[in-house]
Amino acid sequence: MNRVLAIAGVVIRELYRRKDFYVLFVLTALITLLLGAVNFFNDPKIVRYLKEVCLLLIWISAVVIAVTTTARQIPSEKENRTIFPLLAKPVTRWEVILGKFAGCWLAAGIALLVFYLFFAVISESRGGEGTPAPKAAAATQVAPGPQAHDDHAHEPGCCNHAPASPNPWLVYLQGAWLHWMMLAVVIAMVLFGSLIFAAPSSNATIMFIVIGGILLLGEHLNKVALRQTEPVQTILQILYFAIPHLEWFDLRDFIIYDHPPVAFGPCALATAYAAAYALLLLVAAWLVFRRKGLTT
Amino acid sequence: MTNVIEIRELRVEYPGRNRSEPPRVAVDGLSLSVRPGEVFGFLGPNGAGKTTTMNVLLGFVNATGGEAFLFGVNVREPIARQRIGYLPELTYYYRFLTAEELLRFYARIFGIPRAETDRRIDALLKLVELESVRRRPIKTYSKGMQQRVGLAQALINNPDLLILDEPTSGLDPLGRMKVREIIQRLKQEGKTVFFSSHELGEVETVCDRVAIISQGRVREEGRVSDLVAKYRCDLERVFLKVIGYEPPSGN
Repeated sequence: MNRVLAIAGVVIRELYRRKDFYVLFVLTALITLLLGAVNFFNDPKIVRYLKEVCLLLIWISAVVIAVTTTARQIPSEKENRTIFPLLAKPVTRWEVILGKFAGCWLAAGIALLVFYLFFAVISESRGGEGTPAPKAAAATQVAPGPQAHDDHAHEPGCCNHAPASPNPWLVYLQGAWLHWMMLAVVIAMVLFGSLIFAAPSSNATIMFIVIGGILLLGEHLNKVALRQTEPVQTILQILYFAIPHLEWFDLRDFIIYDHPPVAFGPCALATAYAAAYALLLLVAAWLVFRRKGLTT
Repeated sequence: MTNVIEIRELRVEYPGRNRSEPPRVAVDGLSLSVRPGEVFGFLGPNGAGKTTTMNVLLGFVNATGGEAFLFGVNVREPIARQRIGYLPELTYYYRFLTAEELLRFYARIFGIPRAETDRRIDALLKLVELESVRRRPIKTYSKGMQQRVGLAQALINNPDLLILDEPTSGLDPLGRMKVREIIQRLKQEGKTVFFSSHELGEVETVCDRVAIISQGRVREEGRVSDLVAKYRCDLERVFLKVIGYEPPSGN
C-alpha cells in the first residue's frame, strides 16, 4: 500500500508542478464570477440557467482534467523512460496501475472539492435562488437499474428520493461524491485505454467520444434496441448492459432544482457500481500491462 | 554460497514487425554466474544482447527460454529486486522532482523508515556531491549531475548487487573517475557490481571477471588477467579477437 501511495504522490506532485491545478482555480474563479452576477438579472429562470451552465462547466472540466491527466501517465513513463528505474525496484505492475489510478483519482477529487465548495458557497450565500422544477423534470439518475427512469419519476412513492429535506448542502455533497465516483470509472477506463492505444492523444480523443457517447446516449440505448430487429436488438441490449452508465451519477438537476437528497441506499449502490466497474477496468489494464515487454 | 546472479540457457526472441518476418533472437542460450563480492564486466559490441540480458534480470522483458535468478530468486518475482540497485544507461528521472524528493520517493518504494531515509539521503547526496543542489529540480541539472542522481537512487536501498548499464557513457573524464571511485568503494564494502561498458580501460581497472558476448552468446568468460595472459594482448585486443573482428591488412 505504501508503494501505491508513493506512486500516487508523484502523480499529484506532477500535476501540481505542471500547474494544471492553477488552470482549475482560474476556471473556478470564472464560475464564481458568473454566479456572482445573478443579482443583476433577478430572474429565477436565468439564475437556474446560470447554475446549469456552471455545473456543466464543472462536469466538462472535471472530465477533461481526469482524461488528459490519466491518458499521459503510463505513456509518459515509457517515453521518458522513468518506468525503468521504477520497475527495477520491488514494485509490481499492479502497484504501478493502482498508484497511477489513485494519484489521478485523488487529484480529480481535490479539484472537484474546490469546484463544488465554491459553487455551493456562492450559490447558497445568495439564498439558493433556484426554483423547484416540475416534478417530472427531476430525473432519477441514481437508479442502478435500467427500468428506473423518467417515466416513473413523478409517481408517488416511487424512486429513490428521501423525504424532502431543506438541507441543500447534502445534495451538493452527494452531487460531488457521485461525480467523484463517476470519475473513478472514467480514470480506470482511460488508464486501460492508455495501455491499448499507442499515443496519449488518440487515447484521450477516443475516450472523450466514448464518455460523451455514454453520457448523452447511454440511457437511451435500451429504448433504441426495442425498435430494432435482430440481431441489432440483442447487440444493443448487450451494449446497454455492458457499458458503465455514467449518466446515473449525474445529480445536476437535483442541485439546480433544489430537490431533496437521494436516499442512502441508491447512493451506496451507485458507489458500489462505480467501484465494481473501476476494479474491472483496472484488472483489465493490469492484464494487458503485465504481458507487455519493456525494452530500454 | 548462492551466486548473486545465475543465468541458465537464457533465450530472448523479439517478434518480427509483421507476420512474414521471423522473430529476432536477441539472446541465444546465454549462461553465466556472478559470485558475491565480484565486480563483473559484461562486454559486447552494440546489439550483442547485453541490455536485453539486463532487461531480463530486471524483469522488464520475459525470457523466451531458460532461467535467470538474483540471489537464488527467479527474476519474475518482484521480491528478487529488493536487494539490487539499478542505474540505466541514460538517466531518466522525474524531472519535476528535486534530487531529495526523488530519493525520498524511491526510499518509500523500498519501505525504508523515515529517519533512516533522511540519514541515507544525506549520506548519498554527500557521496555523489549534490548536497548543495538537493532542492533544485532535476531538470536544471547537467548530464553529469543527473548521472550522479541516478547513482544515488541506485544506492538508496543499500543494495547487495548493483547493476550498471554503461554508467560512464557521456560523462567527462572527471565524471568517469568519480563513478570509478564509487565502484571501487562499493567493491571494498563487499558489494557485487554487474556492469556493462564500452570503456575497456575502465573495465580492466575495476573488474575481477568479465564475460564477452556476441550475437546473444557468451564467447569468452574469465578473470581479466587470465584473458590478457591467454591472448597475450590487452583487453581491447582480446575483445576484438573474441568478437571475431579482423583488422584490415596493413594495420
